Amino acid sequence: MSQFSTQFAADRPDFAAIAAWIPKGSSVLDLGCGDGSLLRYLKETRAVRGYGVEISDLDIVSCIANGVNVIQNDLESGLADFENDSFDFVILSQTLQATRHTEALTREMLRVGREGVVSFPNFGYWKSRLNVLLGNMPVSKELPYQWYDTPNVHLCTLNDFETFCRTQNIAITARSVMTGTRRIGVLPNLLGSTAAYRFQRGI
Amino acid sequence: MSAQRAQFDTPLVFKSGAVLPRYELVYETYGKLNADKSNAILICHALSGHHHVAGHYANAPKDTGWWDNMVGPGKPINTDKFFVIGLNNLGGCHGSTGPSSIDPETGRQYGASFPVITVEDWVESQARLADRLGIRQFAAVVGGSLGGMQALQWSLAFPERVRHVLAIASAPRLTAQNIAFNDVARNAILTDPDFHGGDFYHHSVVPTRGLRLARMLGHITYLSDDAMADKFGRELRAEQFNYGYEVEFQIESYLRYQGDKFASYFDANTYLLMTKALDYFDPSHDFGGDMNQAFARAKADFLVVSFSTDWRFSPQRSREIVRPLLHNHRNVSYAEIDSSHGHDSFLMEQPQYMDVMRAYLDNVAREVAA
Repeated sequence: MSQFSTQFAADRPDFAAIAAWIPKGSSVLDLGCGDGSLLRYLKETRAVRGYGVEISDLDIVSCIANGVNVIQNDLESGLADFENDSFDFVILSQTLQATRHTEALTREMLRVGREGVVSFPNFGYWKSRLNVLLGNMPVSKELPYQWYDTPNVHLCTLNDFETFCRTQNIAITARSVMTGTRRIGVLPNLLGSTAAYRFQRGI
Repeated sequence: MSAQRAQFDTPLVFKSGAVLPRYELVYETYGKLNADKSNAILICHALSGHHHVAGHYANAPKDTGWWDNMVGPGKPINTDKFFVIGLNNLGGCHGSTGPSSIDPETGRQYGASFPVITVEDWVESQARLADRLGIRQFAAVVGGSLGGMQALQWSLAFPERVRHVLAIASAPRLTAQNIAFNDVARNAILTDPDFHGGDFYHHSVVPTRGLRLARMLGHITYLSDDAMADKFGRELRAEQFNYGYEVEFQIESYLRYQGDKFASYFDANTYLLMTKALDYFDPSHDFGGDMNQAFARAKADFLVVSFSTDWRFSPQRSREIVRPLLHNHRNVSYAEIDSSHGHDSFLMEQPQYMDVMRAYLDNVAREVAA
């Protein structure tokens, strides 16, 4: 691994969890790809080929500088430029909670990709619950915003997401829950701060 | 720095079947070609462009190249790293063989007898210039608007000879609306009594009225509604309405000035040729209209850039370039630059546009170890 990959494995534990599900040489579409770190990480560690989709001007320049393909577009306006079943994986990393039309977007993910991967901050994490219990919206490493400036319009818990998938006929095939770099096995909805899911179209 | 000429004596067979037995191309170069000749970038010009891309001549310090904000030492197309070539396309009126050149067969200007030229023919002639300069493969071919079409065509005609294509404010083919604008512009020229069927040189006149109208119309399509409103609004030259047909609004004055300036130096036949080249370009033409199949040959990596207020070649047109590239699993990045300057944006210095170009080309420079 390059210095870049090593550093990101430490900073973003969900990267490693996601990478573990991606076979070498897969094709990947990364929605809301930010500065292209995840795609670059997957290129270096899993030899994937693919594209990021991002709206921010600043991030477009960073992606290009990172040597990652990026298409500037608003996720919420759909993925019309991408054909059915054109990717092995469509990834939505730490972006789900900031999407407005979450149902439509997950449908689009499974139209364009054979499998989907999402990661998001777990709102059911005990520290978040404690914050709310004590009367404040949680602010943490995973949720670094104040209530008035947060882009996160659709925060959810693990339970919420799993219920959502059932109603959308989405079949979850794997789950990885973590707090920092530590994997969480017991009481994940309470003890995990971040979750990643792998899923596909239900039968 | 000075313009150079390359003479070609091998006949060029045009897509139309017409043959040009010999011709000259005028070009300029900037920067140094590296030892393995891998750091060359070709700049393709648009409708009214030419070979003088950057810098200025010693004897004409005010005659700055048309893309000087993009090309030069330390600029996004960095001539400290790249060997950059600008040429005047065949059929042009800035020194390369064109309708106003003397046909050696007749000793008279070509005029109407100069064959209708296509983007494909230009790229063929550019490849011959590359051969002449010993460049087997370009690090990148770059162009805006009609120049972007040439850059795309490079990836289709010579997939092995171009590593990166940068297509800016361009389109894979014109829409009916685009062709309609071109046709009105052509008609302005064709119906000017001074045009004489293209042989006006022999009558010692210039179809100034037609050329001027064509440019005025074109100019409207290069600007955005917002940019025009900002710059001119409903501003009058005088204090009050004159209730007549003289120039009253500032926009009228501006367009006439632009039209007059253009008509004073540009060749009417070249204008006709350029607009026809735009109209004919359609890589999918030989594939039943299927752009995905057309781009299956391409091997280059691509950067596609569009501008939000460009309605001549809108962002939608650029996405029509991106889609077949995605279909064919090409490496492609697409940036949509927020700009108020319409189609002309591609010539303007804007931070986001410059940053995107610089980031992309810095990687190209590393790749070819320039």
